[in-house]
Amino acid sequence: MERVILHSDANCFYASVEMLHRPEYRTKPMAVGGDPGARHGIVLTANYIAKRAGVKTGQALWEAKQACPDIIFVPPRMDLYLRFTQMMREMYQEYTDRIEPFGCDESWLDVTESCSLKGDGIKIANELNRRVREELGITVSVGVSFNKIFAKLGSDYKKPDAVTTMLRDEYRKKIWPLPATDLLYVGRRTGKKLLKLGITTIGGLAQTDERILEQHFGKIGLVLWTFANGLDTTPVRREDAHAVIKSIGNSLTTPRDLLNDEDVKMVLYLLSESVASRLRKHGFRARTVEVSVRDNGLFSFTRQHKISFSTCSASEIAEEAFRIFRANYTWQQPIRSIGVRGCDLVTEQYMEQLTLFTDAERREKEERAERAVDDLRRRFGYYSVQRGLMLKDGALSHVNAEEDHTVHPVGYLYDL
Amino acid sequence: MVLNSVSEYKVYVDVMAVFTQDGRLIPKSLRWEDGTVYEISRVLDARRACSLKAGGTGMRYTCIVNGKEMHLFYEDNNKWFVERK
Repeated sequence: MERVILHSDANCFYASVEMLHRPEYRTKPMAVGGDPGARHGIVLTANYIAKRAGVKTGQALWEAKQACPDIIFVPPRMDLYLRFTQMMREMYQEYTDRIEPFGCDESWLDVTESCSLKGDGIKIANELNRRVREELGITVSVGVSFNKIFAKLGSDYKKPDAVTTMLRDEYRKKIWPLPATDLLYVGRRTGKKLLKLGITTIGGLAQTDERILEQHFGKIGLVLWTFANGLDTTPVRREDAHAVIKSIGNSLTTPRDLLNDEDVKMVLYLLSESVASRLRKHGFRARTVEVSVRDNGLFSFTRQHKISFSTCSASEIAEEAFRIFRANYTWQQPIRSIGVRGCDLVTEQYMEQLTLFTDAERREKEERAERAVDDLRRRFGYYSVQRGLMLKDGALSHVNAEEDHTVHPVGYLYDL
Repeated sequence: MVLNSVSEYKVYVDVMAVFTQDGRLIPKSLRWEDGTVYEISRVLDARRACSLKAGGTGMRYTCIVNGKEMHLFYEDNNKWFVERK
């Protein structure tokens, strides 16, 4: 049976929620963006008025101001937006249990089995579109198709507040003329490479010999070819199936630039504590540690290193991260932001190969100590227990990396 | 939170309400910001809806107060508000 897949995308999500709550901004150019005082000032979402003036997501606040001098910046209120995410999800749940969120403002819905009860895909899409507008006061664009990729293209096709079908007898006409870069996973670089092969549209991509694509792009070339031809069969994950987490990381743009190893060490410990605590919470251990650094000239790099054992200990992750940092940074410039990530995750059932040169008993003890800290923090607050190191600079260390930074974007391709 | 400050569009109010034994929540009276208490003589409709005028979303109760129809919202943050005319 042909699948019926919807993709629902909240238009300018953060900005729409703000405009709902602040009617006075509805007629003005407005963007939700980071706090300029804390220096991570970028546009997270702009409303349509600002977008028409040339404001783009990801711009620095000053760039947005240049493009649109009258723009109003609103600091983000994540808790409010997540409430709306939750309310949208509750509404989707009335139609299907197969909902796969893609970020906090987009979801795929597989309504194949719901059609006998709720009407066909187009009817459900129109109903969702109307209900979100009437009940939540924001708008969604919904794409209706037979696979996830085309459904997503459908929701992008007409914005805001629209329903677009991309059915089997339509996609050649509607999707194939679109630029190849509209396709999921064709970014700027892949787009350029495709251009070199003379491929500019999704149709062009679809009609290219798949072997040529494989030659130039490897496995992803074949994937893109199946996407373009509507052959994607990726299922919409069931709601209860947990996302396959591939890595856990945190990064931080610090309140002041980092000037020396001592500063970096403090922040690395801070981040590692958050990463380790989240690893433990999800029952993972990492076998690779990754460090990313961005200096105040905005030059950045990422380095990772495999460690000989699996760990969920903050000290071990931090020590490794610091070692990687020392080996790769020579302090040409002060550092603006830094990140730590645990990758190559294994579950706690993973059988660890012990070595002669590490003290397994001591490691186990340390892990127990860190778990005790998790528990103390859960009961008495994050700052109830801190490392002595953190007292060196209160401003720098007074950031709860775990609670302040846990909005995870979800990847689409789990097996690549 | 900024939302709680006095808005020219939105008035948060105190509400007296009852829970029925089948789990419905029905407002009985509300106290306007000047302290006047208004009885709600009837609830005509209750549904999830947004208020574009006041800015917010939640359960919208269409109530009869002093013989006139008005909307009373139970916002998703568990507060009641009314659209300022």
